[in-house]
Amino acid sequence: MVQYPDGRLDASFAALSDATRRGVMVRLGRSDASITDLAEAFHMTLTGMRKHVGVLEQAELVTTEKVGRVRTCRLGPRRLEDETAWIEQQRRLWDARFDALEQVVAERRRKERNDGHPKRS
Amino acid sequence: MDTRSAAEATTTMDRTKIERTSDQELVVTRNIDGPRDVVFEAWTDAELFRQWWVPKSYGLKLLSCEIDARVGGGYRLTFDTGAAEPMAFFGRYLEVTPPTRLVWTNEEGEEGTVVTTVTFDDHGAGTRLVIHDRYPSKEALDAAIASGATSWNPETFDQLDELLATLGERG
Repeated sequence: MVQYPDGRLDASFAALSDATRRGVMVRLGRSDASITDLAEAFHMTLTGMRKHVGVLEQAELVTTEKVGRVRTCRLGPRRLEDETAWIEQQRRLWDARFDALEQVVAERRRKERNDGHPKRS
Repeated sequence: MDTRSAAEATTTMDRTKIERTSDQELVVTRNIDGPRDVVFEAWTDAELFRQWWVPKSYGLKLLSCEIDARVGGGYRLTFDTGAAEPMAFFGRYLEVTPPTRLVWTNEEGEEGTVVTTVTFDDHGAGTRLVIHDRYPSKEALDAAIASGATSWNPETFDQLDELLATLGERG
């Protein structure tokens, strides 16, 4: 488990307590985006999105840069730390997936037994 | 048994292993309870696949799942992330050899194509799964890790939630 200094955690957690801001983090994980892009994607006014991005920026989860009239947002320095943490997350994802896969396989086998013969398409 | 002890929980967690085996490669292994022909089917049949690919605890909604598991065939998964545009994952199958081997491309990334190879081996009465992701370069895997392309998923937030609960108990 990754250890977070408490103060930083508080800021991150407060920033991420909002569903839209979580969505923005997921979106920026794919690629950088302007405030306008984000406002459109989340059906929100520019002012509303600016506020959300402001909160994320405060928590250092997002950084923004203004070039001309466009403010571009990207994931900030407060990432989920290092490679170890990322790999552990991937492991947990796969672990949960595989548990579900086992259930699907078990269900499938029960069904085949009930049908009396393996059914293959 | 209704409650799992901490030791049992740890054992269960340890069933899935993951390792960065080189600059460009990530390997996940896990033994699955069930014969490999059925396990293979669960990877290639869209109706079965969509039942397990997104763990329920993640809260991510799988909007669509199309799988054409033939060499040259494609797949496309879309997720609801709260944004107007669904997030799409897509690619095509390079190799489909039931019930032992699947190879496909992941073409949604900006850092180039990731190739995933899944092998299904008999392991007692069960199946040993090995998932091998090959990134186009060291930079691409580093970038995936750094940008948290997949780390800002609901799991991330579960971890924060868990941690907050722990801190609350302590305080």
